[in-house]
Amino acid sequence: MDFGLTAEHEMVQKMVRDFARKEVSPGIKEADRKGEMEPHVLPRMGELGILGICIPEKYGGQGMDYIALGLACEELEAVDTTLRVVMSVHMGLCSMTLLQWGTEEQKQTFLTPLARGDRIGCGAFSEPGAGSDFAHIQATGRREGDEYVLNGEKMWISLATKADFAMVTVRTDAKAERPSAGLTSFIVELDRPGISRGDIHGKLGVRAGSTGWISFQDVRVPASHRVGEEGEGFKVTMSAFDNGRYTVAAGAAGLIRAALEASVAYAKERQAFGKPIAQHQLVQEKIARMARDYEIARLLYLRAGWMKNQGQRNTYQTSMAKHFATQASFEAASEAVQVHGAYGYSDEYDVERYMRNARGAMIYEGSNEIQTLIQADYALGYRKDKPLRCELPAYDPAVWQSS
Amino acid sequence: MNIVVCVKQTPDTAATVTVEDGKVSWGDAPLVLNPWDEYAVEEALRLKEAHGGKVTAISMGPEDAREALKQSLAMGCDEAILLSDAVFAGLDTLGASKVLAAAIQHIGDVDLVFFGRSSVDSDTGITGSQVARRLGWPALSLVAKISAIDPDSRRIEVERMLEEGRQRVAGPLPAVLSVVKEINEPRYPSFMGIRKAARAEIPVWSAAEIGLTEELKAAVEWPEIFAPPKVETECEFIEGESADEIAQKLADRLMEEKVI
Amino acid sequence: MTKRILAYIDHFQGQAVPASWEAVGAARTVADALGGEVVAVVVGQGVRELAEQAIQAGADRALLAEDAALSDFRPEAYAAPVAKAAAEAEALLLPTTGRTRELAAMVGVDLETGVIPDVVALKVEGETLLATRPIYAGKLLSKVRVPERRPQILTLRSRAFPKQEMDAGRSGEIEPLEVDLGEVPTEVLGYAEAEAGVSLSDAAVIVSGGRGVSSNPKLTPPAEIADEKEQEIWRAQQGFKLIGELAEVLGAAVGASRAAVDAGYIPYAHQVGQTGKVVSPDLYIACGISGAIQHLAGMRTSKTIVAINKDPEAPIFKLARFGVVGDLYDVVPPLMAALKERLGK
Repeated sequence: MDFGLTAEHEMVQKMVRDFARKEVSPGIKEADRKGEMEPHVLPRMGELGILGICIPEKYGGQGMDYIALGLACEELEAVDTTLRVVMSVHMGLCSMTLLQWGTEEQKQTFLTPLARGDRIGCGAFSEPGAGSDFAHIQATGRREGDEYVLNGEKMWISLATKADFAMVTVRTDAKAERPSAGLTSFIVELDRPGISRGDIHGKLGVRAGSTGWISFQDVRVPASHRVGEEGEGFKVTMSAFDNGRYTVAAGAAGLIRAALEASVAYAKERQAFGKPIAQHQLVQEKIARMARDYEIARLLYLRAGWMKNQGQRNTYQTSMAKHFATQASFEAASEAVQVHGAYGYSDEYDVERYMRNARGAMIYEGSNEIQTLIQADYALGYRKDKPLRCELPAYDPAVWQSS
Repeated sequence: MNIVVCVKQTPDTAATVTVEDGKVSWGDAPLVLNPWDEYAVEEALRLKEAHGGKVTAISMGPEDAREALKQSLAMGCDEAILLSDAVFAGLDTLGASKVLAAAIQHIGDVDLVFFGRSSVDSDTGITGSQVARRLGWPALSLVAKISAIDPDSRRIEVERMLEEGRQRVAGPLPAVLSVVKEINEPRYPSFMGIRKAARAEIPVWSAAEIGLTEELKAAVEWPEIFAPPKVETECEFIEGESADEIAQKLADRLMEEKVI
Repeated sequence: MTKRILAYIDHFQGQAVPASWEAVGAARTVADALGGEVVAVVVGQGVRELAEQAIQAGADRALLAEDAALSDFRPEAYAAPVAKAAAEAEALLLPTTGRTRELAAMVGVDLETGVIPDVVALKVEGETLLATRPIYAGKLLSKVRVPERRPQILTLRSRAFPKQEMDAGRSGEIEPLEVDLGEVPTEVLGYAEAEAGVSLSDAAVIVSGGRGVSSNPKLTPPAEIADEKEQEIWRAQQGFKLIGELAEVLGAAVGASRAAVDAGYIPYAHQVGQTGKVVSPDLYIACGISGAIQHLAGMRTSKTIVAINKDPEAPIFKLARFGVVGDLYDVVPPLMAALKERLGK
């Protein structure tokens, strides 16, 4: 069992870290204050191949593995959560769902431009009235000949106003025996007639990002855009969350690390009662905990990434990773604010932004309460996974790196 | 164009360097591509993209000194070669320039050689010029811009950063250039480049392989390395009858202490 | 044969680089220790006056190589006469510039001898010069020497060695240095002005302003600026202009404390501190900066800190090497004049 990263993985880490530090870090505070995503972020992530990092080369991607995706997310979120949110929705919810459930034609048509960074993707699942209780979403899809007609409203969609495509799940069968069995997913171009979208402002955190709503009014979508079969929408969506959740877990580890590094630097500089506060035990306790939680979070997401590489179902492990890391990242950020004293309360330092950003991750991509229920179901043996009709493909360099 | 970039492996500049047992120690800070060399690699790659050809990175170092070469491959160099031999250990720039010049001649048909302006460890900034002299090629150091290059008519025009301003110089190819950071913005390694670099088998050339049979002996010796003495900061307050007097005294003190 | 210590006189457009005289002075010290003579080496076109100045600076005699082909510095062209002059010498000392690094490098190869660039201290041990030079960006120092080969070639860091007094009464022989330059294939096409503005992160010298920059009651804002806050900003901007002038004299970058940036006196790009830029220049001059810990964290590793502040209890004085308790508006203008004079500007 080798706990070390390969030379390849280390170079990936360095590359993404250098990009985020050099090109995003300098302007991030201003962007967060303004509540706007910096315009160069998406194009640069596209140009550098980050938006297609773990997609096979034949679909326009970079052919790296799922661990590389996790490492990239950790480095991105160490600078700002909004960078990682891009990966969560573009890659996790949209691209990887296509990789897992898409037809060959859908992969050529949609996945390829997404992986190249020519198009941006997002996941349109949550609604004003349904988040955790996904089975009871209200948006509908009605089959009419070769098309489906979509109606409804999706909310809390990251990159809603920036994306070109959305993975959308709606109810196509109101009479299904179980509500979850009546859902169907589609890949939808967001410039179709009947689609309107807007931004949501006033969020506590991830302000340098873009979160919004998408409204569908009699939006006609070819049947060829259906991802999976009718009635598989719940499974497709849960797969999407398994992938998005993984990026959230990896990113949160990066956030813990950022809080830790900021706290260590500050504690060594700031003096109180005759010595650097790093030498006071109550401060040391906070730092020790952050350091430990970083290690745990990191090991959990790397293990989940490894399982994805092996083609092993990892819903349980990804849930644990996301739950632990997001909870720990909020605590770490909050304690980092405490370590910084009054300065932590000011946006002159980064730690208050870390704390506001961290809070959101406990709510989205499956609230931490939902994660608890998922884990309990597994631990109690109430839940046994049956193989999905389409699983996330195991990583095979020969396949990923052949054009 | 057949381009060679001479790169060096150095400790990360953020490392805390200390002296332990008379030797420099950088703790567990990583060894990286010398930051100035990134600009050299970048410029070489840009020329290749504009004119076609090949970029080879070469580095003189111990057997395990491959980081700088891997980074160069990841950025996009076509090939990387490690020059390693017991007789290369402890060489000064005089000796190193002999090794590098021999390697460049062994590669053969080279149009342009790039160096970074200096390496962040020993910081001499003269190896490039010495390699040029040995090869009998023009040395153009501190290049901030390649204004023109014509591989067919074998001519290059550059702007060099002198203290007094930019000097414009023209010369024939082949030539040896050292570059400064004003010349470009180095690219990040691509993911494909990273994969290629991670898998690369880097050939090692010994002295014999590059045709160096004569004895190599350093002309320079480094008998001691030490940390600069800590200056006790007891503030020296400059006083006087008038602001003018104070200003004069302060200026004098600054000049005396060679602060300015 | 008398031991010869050579001092190379670097020049640009007819003017000697001032550090060349320091090299002459250092050569004098070495020559005296070894019982030898100091020979200045001047290469160029129409530069005889520099040879005369070299003797006034302390050289015993000078070698002068003049040729049309030498009117612009090209290392391949200059290396030939210098190598010829240095072939029989004990040591060759040069000031450190972009030109002399190339020149020393090539002469080193021609004579198959050791070159030690950027020397900050020198001692004579027996027949050998023991040099000290910075490595790892000055974090460490290294002692270096060329034990056997000759000449020992050293380039000396600017202002690390004593400035020389010129003695107009000194005279000495100026001998022609004849050498076959061969075909030098490079051509100097011209020059362009050095770009204005030094980047904060790279600067060797930084002059910074803090909140104190705005308090100058003697300055009257123009009548159009009626708002008190705007008047304050106007005053501060005049203050930063003054700081900018001092910076220009020193070839320095301009920095600021967070207080000054927050108050709108100067853009964030100039902020030095824990949440701005962390800098480590050779010289940091803090004007009207109290020295809050966040600022200190950004510049505490500066080699030398000079503080000018009205408050004798200001924390910055704890880190400063030199301090002036006074109003920066009173101190900076005469300081600028005094430095201009001493730096020959």
